[in-house]
Amino acid sequence: MSTIKPNYTRPLDFKHGRVDMTHGSGGRAMAQLIDELFVAAFDNEFLRQMNDQARFPAPQGRMVMSTDSHVVSPLFFPGGDIGCLSVHGTINDVAMSGARPLYLSAGFILEEGFPLADLKRIIESMAQASRDAGVPVITGDTKVVEQGKGDGVFITTTGIGVVPEGVNISGERARPGDKILVSGMLGDHGVAVMSLRENLTFHTSIQSDTAALHGLVADMVAAVPDIHVLRDPTRGGLATTLNEIARQSAVGMMLHENQLPIREQVKAACEFLGLDPLYVANEGKLAAICAPEDAERLLQVMRAHPLGRDAAIVGEVIEDSHCFVQMETAFGGRRVVDWLTGEQLPRIC
Amino acid sequence: MKYIDEFRDGALAKNIAANIAREADPQRRYHLMEFCGGHTHAISRYGIADLLPANVRMIHGPGCPVCVLPAGRVENAVQLVQMPGLILCCYGDMLRVPAANGMSLLKAKARGADVRMVYSSADAVKIAQENPQRQVVFFAIGFETTTPPTAVAIRQAQALGLKNFTVFCNHVLTPSAISHILQSPEIRQLGVLTLDGFIGPAHVSTVIGSRPYEYFAEEFQKPVVIAGFEPLDVMQAILMLVRQLNEGRAEVENEFSRAVTRDGNVKAQQLVAEVFELRRVFEWRGLGLIPYSALRIKAQYADYDTELRFDIPALSIADNKACKCGAILRGVKRPQDCKLFGTVCTPDNPMGSCMVSSEGACAAYYSYGRFREAA
Repeated sequence: MSTIKPNYTRPLDFKHGRVDMTHGSGGRAMAQLIDELFVAAFDNEFLRQMNDQARFPAPQGRMVMSTDSHVVSPLFFPGGDIGCLSVHGTINDVAMSGARPLYLSAGFILEEGFPLADLKRIIESMAQASRDAGVPVITGDTKVVEQGKGDGVFITTTGIGVVPEGVNISGERARPGDKILVSGMLGDHGVAVMSLRENLTFHTSIQSDTAALHGLVADMVAAVPDIHVLRDPTRGGLATTLNEIARQSAVGMMLHENQLPIREQVKAACEFLGLDPLYVANEGKLAAICAPEDAERLLQVMRAHPLGRDAAIVGEVIEDSHCFVQMETAFGGRRVVDWLTGEQLPRIC
Repeated sequence: MKYIDEFRDGALAKNIAANIAREADPQRRYHLMEFCGGHTHAISRYGIADLLPANVRMIHGPGCPVCVLPAGRVENAVQLVQMPGLILCCYGDMLRVPAANGMSLLKAKARGADVRMVYSSADAVKIAQENPQRQVVFFAIGFETTTPPTAVAIRQAQALGLKNFTVFCNHVLTPSAISHILQSPEIRQLGVLTLDGFIGPAHVSTVIGSRPYEYFAEEFQKPVVIAGFEPLDVMQAILMLVRQLNEGRAEVENEFSRAVTRDGNVKAQQLVAEVFELRRVFEWRGLGLIPYSALRIKAQYADYDTELRFDIPALSIADNKACKCGAILRGVKRPQDCKLFGTVCTPDNPMGSCMVSSEGACAAYYSYGRFREAA
């Protein structure tokens, strides 16, 4: 009796194996990586079609699409990793239009020599995030670059979604008198990632806030369909996001420092490192701008959602031809909260 | 934050502000210079100017170590880092400082040079230990606060027997800069600028103590109040200066008594004296050549001196002619008086030294105070 099993392929060694150039060559090794890792993890009816594209039914209404590349370093950080981050990041970009995110695509650039164990951990985290969010990854692509030409893994995700009727959320709709809200504690992601940087290494209990916000957005839109602006303050923090909106809408803004929700630990880490929490990245927070009469209702809806428990009204939109974002300091003075100059911290997402 | 929030209390600030407003004599003006960039930053960031009466004016001094480093020395570093295999370690705010031909360390890094941002001189020593085959240069800058850690790094490198670690020393001295300003023609002869008093450095004074300022108070008859970098420290120091001026006193007072003594940190001073000695003259960006205003590494530590290990040419690179940094650093002009300010010279694309670091007078004003101009 023969001991050779027909059609047997030795499975990938996810314990000790490493990515090599054949995993991106289009040959059998690549097919195996796709089958045993990507398809197994993301499994859904669209991916199972095994085509170079995914076919799906198009919903009625206005669609939105957004793409986001992720190059965070380190790949694993307190509260998350590049995998779940790449799902949350794109879902949030889609959701900030008020849309319901439907599908994701994912492109991977892997570096030769990257441990398969780490890759598996990242893909499983990504798949978990996608399942939790109810937004499947329906198509993807993998490339491998030579050692030294990448940094482990880079992930680009694209998302599409559909905007409910009557919702018109856009960066140019901030009007003088509008209220500015944030959905929770600022700066957690940036501080969590920073704490692991080789040239910093400090210990903190802060976890990244990485999260998919479309559920929160759905509740907000249902309660207040006429939200004027939504945006997630990722790189560059709340300060940068508000400056972008101020310019788009040709308005100014006035923040109140003592109303900004910031954890003591984040304040302390920023104090120590000479950073300003207003410029530190978030990955599970949003800023919302709405008419003053809607603000209180919106705040209550946000606080009722687990991802908006610490939501707060932090300022108002004002008339200002210079489009300055200003802040009343807790100290009693006033200052400009300017665009970020240079790079506070590279490769945060 | 314990020990921080206490010094940022808005209610107390209003109290002190009310005292300043009540005690400041409306018949006279109070021109107070805060020497340190740390104070400039606090004044801008917390909006302290909004809390002062119109006749109490703060003048931003030259105490930002990044700002006063001449472009020639930055160019030296840019050239040095082109050397194959060399690693240059520097503090983060040095990266964007413009050198010659629009270059900076950040741009050199983008072109492939190995520039590492470090938070401490000890990190540079560690990098040298980890890269024994490569030359590691620590680009040392700063006033008396950062000098002792550089001395420690040199001693550590010696103890470890490191052959690949040197220090490009650019440490400068606070008292020389203050003398230079007080002796400048605008103040001494021309009377263009009246400087009524000084807010003395915070962290520098923890090292050198309050004694070195006694000379200025006596010789130039200007009150000095040493203050911490928190906004309430600054407010309290302003009140103390107003009181001294009202009473016709010119003394050294210490608001920052929780950290500064009259003699300072004697151990740190000894360490600095062991490793460094005075340079005969050193160029300050915006201020020019100032005699005995900087330190160099002593002969017995010559093995750790970048200027002796490598060929470092003496370069003098003039700032843009329209740049008013020199006058701004001496308090003769304000940032908004400069034609370049906010137009071609911005924090993203600094032309002059005061726009380079967030502690620089122009950058602080640009980032935090522009709305006052606009209003």
